[in-house]
Amino acid sequence: MAFTRKYRSEETKDKISAYLYISPFFIIFAIIGLYPAIFSLFLAFQKWNGLGEMSFVGLNNFKVVLQDPIFWKALYNTIVMGIMGTAPQIIVGIILAFILNQAYLKFKNTFRAMVFLPYITSMVAVALVFGVFFSNNDTALANYILNIFGMDTVAWKTSEWGAKIAISIMVFWRWIGYNTIIYLAGLQSIPKDLYEAARIDGANTFQQLRYITIPLLKPFIVLTVFFSTVGALQLFTEPTVFLGTQAFSRTEAMTVVMYLYRDAFSLQSFGTGSATAVILLFIIVVASAINTYLTSGIRKKGKGIKS
Amino acid sequence: MKKKFKISRFFVYLFLIVAGFFSVFPFYWMFVMATRPSAAYNSIPPTLTPGEQLVENFQKVLEKTPFFGAMFNTLIVCLVVTLVVLLISSLAGFAFAKFKFPGKNIFFVSILLTMIIPPQLGLIPQYYLVAKFGLLDTLFGAMIIFFLNPLGIFLMRQYISQSVPDELVEAAKLDGCSNFRIFRSVVLPIILPAFATLGIIVFTATWGEFLWQFTVLRDPDMYTIQVALSSMNTTSNVDFGMILSGVFWATIPLVIVFLMFNKLFISSITEGSIK
Repeated sequence: MAFTRKYRSEETKDKISAYLYISPFFIIFAIIGLYPAIFSLFLAFQKWNGLGEMSFVGLNNFKVVLQDPIFWKALYNTIVMGIMGTAPQIIVGIILAFILNQAYLKFKNTFRAMVFLPYITSMVAVALVFGVFFSNNDTALANYILNIFGMDTVAWKTSEWGAKIAISIMVFWRWIGYNTIIYLAGLQSIPKDLYEAARIDGANTFQQLRYITIPLLKPFIVLTVFFSTVGALQLFTEPTVFLGTQAFSRTEAMTVVMYLYRDAFSLQSFGTGSATAVILLFIIVVASAINTYLTSGIRKKGKGIKS
Repeated sequence: MKKKFKISRFFVYLFLIVAGFFSVFPFYWMFVMATRPSAAYNSIPPTLTPGEQLVENFQKVLEKTPFFGAMFNTLIVCLVVTLVVLLISSLAGFAFAKFKFPGKNIFFVSILLTMIIPPQLGLIPQYYLVAKFGLLDTLFGAMIIFFLNPLGIFLMRQYISQSVPDELVEAAKLDGCSNFRIFRSVVLPIILPAFATLGIIVFTATWGEFLWQFTVLRDPDMYTIQVALSSMNTTSNVDFGMILSGVFWATIPLVIVFLMFNKLFISSITEGSIK
């Protein structure tokens, strides 16, 4: 601001004010963000039960975690449920948003609110409701529906795929509205005359979707893919609440964060828990990097097709 | 041609009705189960109409968990977190939008970088810190880690630089206003809509928070509603009617608020993630 140059003392005052105003964030961050993060890195190399003395164990914690078949099972579960829970959201979300964006549509706001409604329920609530829907009993609503179609009863909470499918459906149900709303905002930013020009050129709905909507929606897709990936790798609440008492004793749906939690807070092994946290950070960074790489590749390809 | 168009519209509506049904059905079913004895759950064909046990089931919830206490605790946590985040974000956003100071860009980028750290990385030390300061089983301990909200600062900076004219700030300064006075009397009234947006995002997110509170709250009297609800599912002999009654009554306030302000809700979420 030009006027501050006239008054030197004003300029100093402004600087002091500015530092003062941004300081709360940095002070809180130092205490509950940065310090814990560094402490985690440090703990990953220590053996510690949370009470007694720490002892330096080098890379042993990482060795213990990486040689534990349950860790690999947890990682596998996390990735499988991540893909099953989030990938279909992209496709269904785009279709829903495309439909909700049609000019002729009546009750647009009602449909939009209905699709968005699951997002405002908490993950705990979703897990409990679906926990009753997908119980092990023959009479569970999910099993009743399967039986109608001549399929066998599934032990949703104790079978390898039953648990994963039930949890993926929960994740899908809760987040689909969120992704749809993001895509809808993206679609509304696409100028309408583009579609008109395409229609005049004889493009059908599918071609409009393929050559106008998807390429222009790409930044929004990238955004949701990024959020979904990071969110999926941090999955904890749904499986924990869904499985209840068995959450930490069974492995069908144990995720990496549950593995970390179990190490630290049930087995009092803070060292291996921290090592798992560091490994998780590494996985998230790698996954985000791959994401960015792949999506930027697609973007370039998309541009090539357009021009 | 015209007829074909109509058919495609029919499928569009069909698709939406099916999607709407799947979105809303669990809410309806939750209500049905909340009004039925647990045995109704075992009936074939399944029970799909409300019964008469609405009050009885809720009484069982009250015997099992301190429901109202937990709702009250959650409300306190959400309100305090929201107010603190709004204050920190708007002050910092004001500084980043309207002041010149050395290191401004570095500070701003480092705030954005903090978003990358997954919250689980610090979970164990945060727990240790909170325990060390005697904050386990306190509401302050349950809310402290949510005071950090880099997204809030980002949104506020964006909003303030777009909607608060430099001239206005300058004029106030020439009138002899202190910087904080400018914030309070000039900036604050203009950014109230952004407060609504950020407030909704923070409040809803805090309301649904589970992992941290599950870790630091062990005393049922200090439970937030999510921890209280999850605790109903941990006994071996679960009463489905009771569980869904608890979930129903904990969910319905938010649903009502959402239905009243659904446009504001939805625009908040889009603004919060796209900007």
